[in-house]
Amino acid sequence: MRGEVVIAGIGQTAFGKLPGRSTYSLNAEAVRHALADAGIAKDRVDGLFVKFPTSRFEFMYGQKLAEHLGIVPRIGGVWDQGGAANASLVGYAAMAIAAGQCEVAVVTFADNPKSGTRQAYDKAWGNDEIFGWFGIPAGYAMIAQRHMGQFGTTPEQLGAISVVCRANGATNPRAQLRKPLTLDAYMDSPMVVEPLRRDDCCLVSDGGAAVVLTSAGFARREGISAPVPILGFGQGQTSWEVALRPDLTTTAAKASAQTAFAMAGLTPREIDVAQIYDCFTITALMSLEDYGFCPRGQGGAFCASGAIALDGDLPINTAGGLLSETGMPGLQLILEGVRQMRGTAANQISGARTCAISNQGGVMHTHSTLILGQ
Amino acid sequence: MSPAAFPRPDIDDLSAPYWEALGKGHLLYQRCLSCGTAWLPARSQCPGCLGPDIGWVPASGGAKLISWVVYHRAFNPAFEDRVPYNVAVVELDEGPRLISNVVGLDPEQEICAQLHLDQPLRLAIRHEQGVAIPAFLRAPE
Repeated sequence: MRGEVVIAGIGQTAFGKLPGRSTYSLNAEAVRHALADAGIAKDRVDGLFVKFPTSRFEFMYGQKLAEHLGIVPRIGGVWDQGGAANASLVGYAAMAIAAGQCEVAVVTFADNPKSGTRQAYDKAWGNDEIFGWFGIPAGYAMIAQRHMGQFGTTPEQLGAISVVCRANGATNPRAQLRKPLTLDAYMDSPMVVEPLRRDDCCLVSDGGAAVVLTSAGFARREGISAPVPILGFGQGQTSWEVALRPDLTTTAAKASAQTAFAMAGLTPREIDVAQIYDCFTITALMSLEDYGFCPRGQGGAFCASGAIALDGDLPINTAGGLLSETGMPGLQLILEGVRQMRGTAANQISGARTCAISNQGGVMHTHSTLILGQ
Repeated sequence: MSPAAFPRPDIDDLSAPYWEALGKGHLLYQRCLSCGTAWLPARSQCPGCLGPDIGWVPASGGAKLISWVVYHRAFNPAFEDRVPYNVAVVELDEGPRLISNVVGLDPEQEICAQLHLDQPLRLAIRHEQGVAIPAFLRAPE
């Protein structure tokens, strides 16, 4: 399937605080822009793949959204993998296209946790509230503590990721947070759940994004102007409860990346630019290790070496990532990957021909990888 | 404003033996009578072989610290007067893992300065709002 399916169009709303906008409205705006970018009429869309708004579950959301968009899909629906879902949906949409189940698929996501509710993010894990075990940051902090103890990873190394993402966001006109961060300011930011500080944690954002997929053949026949081929994709998963994982410092990213690299016929060394899910700094650091961009346990040194900056060997999160562009779970990273492959990114990496994208959900429960090319 | 309600465990028929034993001073885990897999929390089938023949077994109380975090802000109002407090992942000598707290730390010292990975622990059941729950003390190396 390598290269058989392309991303034909991308679209998004503004990112930030968008009071008064429903998730239906945000999705519709993103889909309108994505179809316009692709140059494909809405009535050609016969697949609609949706991640429901993370902050509030709604029964049959995919069907309600299809009605709102005036689309009658042959295939589609809602997929629930937390923040891994968007990259996974691109993979499912690609498989559906390759299997003849649809011809033009839209993957879309929108949420409004900044102006609406964010209760879903503060809930207890399992039945362990009585121990004071609450909130998503704590799960990542538990993993980070083990990584720091096992490999000597330091706060300054985690901070290097925040500094890079904030620098990239500062030069991205679309970013929600355009204020650069120094390492000193990072170190001074308050602890949330130790060892994670405020500036280890991603933004909370309202907004929507969408991508349009079709076959490479359709793109040729219809004269799509800037199709970006999907070279590979993969997924991985682990236990729901963080406590039950036999090894806290290897994540589902490893299996996910291996599947995607094998499908693409590429190795990590052949990736020019990467969009690495950074809901928390530790997530990006461990994903870089599990993808094979650096050895296990060396993620801290790799990030602090400058390798992930715009002028480094593997620039990451060139639009600012979840730490600076928008806290949206993952689809914005796919949009930025498409822009890098088209050569139209705000922080364009000169000569970049391959892009790896990671999405992950829950507390590293789910992972999904995309590899884009030209 | 009345104080925030303290969370209580959701005890059902499946987990009742676990909570009742804690009240009597014992920490139990489940073991599959068919394949020997050991685990927590309570399940109605073995996560190894999916078999239904399961026994409750008392843990020795020996354990080690897999990781921990320190809350510097409360995510639930009931914990506001407890910050900073720790939550830990603990592995019993018999294998099952659970979420718990390390107790008996010196409040004058930083929590993280008193803990390290794989530190030996021993069970010290404590009572929280009338519910017996597992906690762990640091044990000699």
